[in-house]
Amino acid sequence: MSVTPAKPPFEDVVTRHGPAILRVCRAVLGHADADDAWSETFLAALRAYPELPGDANVEAWLVRIAHNKAIDITRAAARRAAPLADLAMARSADVDADGRDLDLHTSLAALPDKQRQAVAYHYLGGLPYAEVAAIVGGSTDAARRAAADGIARLRRTYPVADRTGGT
Amino acid sequence: MNTDHELPGGLELAVDDAELRVLRDRLAERAVEAGLLDVAYRTIDTPVGSLLLAATPAGLVRVAYASEGHDAVLGTLASRVSPRILHAPHQLDAVARELTEYFDGTRQRFDLPLDLRLASGFRREVLTRLPAIGYGRTASYAAVAAAAGRPRAVRAAATACATNPLPIVVPCHRVIRSDGSPGRYLGGPAAKQLLLTLEAA
Repeated sequence: MSVTPAKPPFEDVVTRHGPAILRVCRAVLGHADADDAWSETFLAALRAYPELPGDANVEAWLVRIAHNKAIDITRAAARRAAPLADLAMARSADVDADGRDLDLHTSLAALPDKQRQAVAYHYLGGLPYAEVAAIVGGSTDAARRAAADGIARLRRTYPVADRTGGT
Repeated sequence: MNTDHELPGGLELAVDDAELRVLRDRLAERAVEAGLLDVAYRTIDTPVGSLLLAATPAGLVRVAYASEGHDAVLGTLASRVSPRILHAPHQLDAVARELTEYFDGTRQRFDLPLDLRLASGFRREVLTRLPAIGYGRTASYAAVAAAAGRPRAVRAAATACATNPLPIVVPCHRVIRSDGSPGRYLGGPAAKQLLLTLEAA
């Protein structure tokens, strides 16, 4: 054992947080751009990892990076897209590899940005609302409301959600 | 802190392992291209058990036996070299190939760049002398101490061999006691005997 408390190998960070960050990227961007966002997020995280304070909340740090990468990717897509194209429409047109999550992605893509981000960062990224607010802007209460409104809207628009109540 | 990482009530976003494996492999490749991977590692199965192989851009930096605890070794690499560590098997293809040839009996010398940063001072001096002991030969700790320039530092030479960060590739297993008994070995006495027997064949 080394004397100083060592920062774990970055591979451990990818193992522990990789799946959650991929869900976050998919929820915020849809399937097609999520892989790029995930790769960009972990590459940027790897670059900065040696300087990350030892007591930092690693997941919050990764979600914050993913949020910034998602914004970069959305802006780049907007520059590429025809002026009249609706980003939400573009996201909803993503075809899932197995079709299973397609409806949920469509429902997520239809949410206002703040609601989609609040839902993704709180429920999938595991962040408390104060951390969500720090990333998306606004108050903690506003982040909580946005997540609640987002979930309520997903339940209305995503058909499977209502059917699980009785099981 | 929400630790479920799921949406409430039947809203599921599945992530499967195969998709993540592809993303992780691509991350390792991109990290290498960007010059951000300070330590690449993989494991291989050998007659002396699972070996952890770790390399920096300078060369092979660590070979570790399972008995050392591969996770513990990676933790030590994170603190002593860099925490920028990823499982990146392709970065160690040449090392794995040469070790496989060695255990098959078709390779007697390793031709690999080595990074000896985990050994310093006299220990490092000792390690740089070891490749001079040819395949199938042995030398005493006393002879190695003398070759490293400190003939009376026999115990220190023995410690250098016992703490060799690159066992097998830097052949500390060829250093034995003056009475012919094998002496200490990081991989245990059975592994040392297996290597000596392999090379004597």
